[in-house]
Amino acid sequence: MDSTIILQTTLNGLMIGGVYALVAVGLTLIFGVMKIVNFAQGEFVMLGMYVSWALATFVGIGPYPGLLIVAVIMFVGGWLTFKLLIIRIIGKSDEAFILLTLGLSIFLQNITLLAFGADYLTVTTTVKDAAIRFGGLAISLPRLIAFGVALVMVAALTLFLNRTDTGRAMRATAESREVATLLGIDPVSCFAVAFGVGTVMAGIAGVLLTPMFYVYPGVGTLFNTTAFIVVVLGGMGSLTGALVGGLLIGIVEALGGTFVSLDLSQLFAFLIFLAVLFVRPSGLFGRSA
Amino acid sequence: MLDVKAISAGYGDMKVLDCVSLTVESGEAVSLVGSNGAGKTTLLRAISGLVPVWSGSIVFDGQDLGALPAHKLPALGIAHIPQGRGVLTQLTVKDNLLLGGYVPAARERRPETMKMVYDLFPVLREKESQLGGSLSGGQQQMLAIARALMSHPKLLILDEPSLGLAPIMVEAVFEIIKTISGQGVSLLLVEQNLAEALAVSTRAYVLETGRVVLHGASDELANNEHVRTAYLGI
Ligand SMILES: Nc1ncnc2c1ncn2[C@@H]1O[C@H](COP(=O)(O)OP(=O)(O)OP(=O)(O)O)[C@@H](O)[C@H]1O
Ligand SMILES: [Mg+2]
Repeated sequence: MDSTIILQTTLNGLMIGGVYALVAVGLTLIFGVMKIVNFAQGEFVMLGMYVSWALATFVGIGPYPGLLIVAVIMFVGGWLTFKLLIIRIIGKSDEAFILLTLGLSIFLQNITLLAFGADYLTVTTTVKDAAIRFGGLAISLPRLIAFGVALVMVAALTLFLNRTDTGRAMRATAESREVATLLGIDPVSCFAVAFGVGTVMAGIAGVLLTPMFYVYPGVGTLFNTTAFIVVVLGGMGSLTGALVGGLLIGIVEALGGTFVSLDLSQLFAFLIFLAVLFVRPSGLFGRSA
Repeated sequence: MLDVKAISAGYGDMKVLDCVSLTVESGEAVSLVGSNGAGKTTLLRAISGLVPVWSGSIVFDGQDLGALPAHKLPALGIAHIPQGRGVLTQLTVKDNLLLGGYVPAARERRPETMKMVYDLFPVLREKESQLGGSLSGGQQQMLAIARALMSHPKLLILDEPSLGLAPIMVEAVFEIIKTISGQGVSLLLVEQNLAEALAVSTRAYVLETGRVVLHGASDELANNEHVRTAYLGI
């Protein structure tokens, strides 16, 4: 096997892994603060893609200039979803959350299907086919931008959580809702921010993917599975774990897809997932209970 | 300042507090004693809004607390150090302290308060960037007290601050509590360590199976026959 191909594939996987990490970090934030898994996270990726497509098609704003607009729309959307739906089942059973977010995921897929049909849509950018070349390797510009923006977003989130009062309040709520309350923190508003920010992460990931992926109502399911795997693999609730896990899964999928079979690429993600959990049941960066 | 009027409360349909009344005047130190499972923690949690009150009322500075969500209480000047200390183990010492001054009024004065608290507990300054969970039990109790002070409380509620501490740390904790009380902060102190509790407080209540069975001046209770046999083992 040619080592250039291996390197090139690893690099491609790493770039996409950055986007997986972004989706998973959003999911981890929601899980860490609220202790719920949002099974509609992939649909928020899908919605980010559609918003980006709509901006490009109807307004003429391309994916990258439109990032901020999509971020704002997604935050408002996530916040409203929280205020209208999620808030009703806080303090209820885990099953209630699973049913609600699964229901939401199905609802969002079908409402998109109704609105835009089942067609595979594409978004073009001026950089779509541009690439940076060095030493026999090439990185396509959309992949590099996706990777770079994803990493910047994760870094920004980390700064927000560590350096601001709202971020500290969210970490306090994540550790103990009761202690947070005794400090004057409203856990429910921390939940709302976590859900909103988690949604933004997914939406931004969607935008970053539009130059590389077809946009269609079911595209989110791909990311639901991957993000969930990454979150568990990284160690439920660990942001570092979600980041490393995302990159790892990206690389493994790319290598498996290239050298074994493209159809089986998700299988390799599952295999790595099982292998890691076999050795470290609490995940890569998880705290054993 | 704090007026608990005939409250009943419990978990599910199990009644834990049965018509309990208690007052803490401004600047006063009051202790609440009683054996395991008497309902002391439940009473403190009811005051802080963490346990719903079935009947009766709780008034603080003329305001009915029943109408307020629990997270609004710190802004009124109530700081509650829960049983087990409530240190955020995954946050640094500094972040714990910063969150102690989370309420808006305290946030404005946070840099000065932080300095004051570090002068009072130099060990916390030394360990400010370590995780709360890495501190020893005694240091965690100091952190819990320091964090409560960050909010400039009018009423400080402490639930068994000496629990699980080495004797020398117990002494240090009570020394601090005495200092805080001397600065005019009202105290409501739950303790198993009856002798120490009665020594720092002016009045005390004895709680048995969810009812106040005795209350009065701390020095009188210290000489009370029932208290001496039941709690002091003399
Ligand atoms: N979360 C809970 N759910 C159900 N019952 C509880 C709960 N917390 C306490 N209890 C019960 O309520 C009663 C009073 O408990 P509480 O913790 O208030 O007592 P305490 O006086 O603080 O005791 P200790 O000195 O052991 O801390 C006990 O019978 C206890 O088992
Ligand atoms: Mg107790």
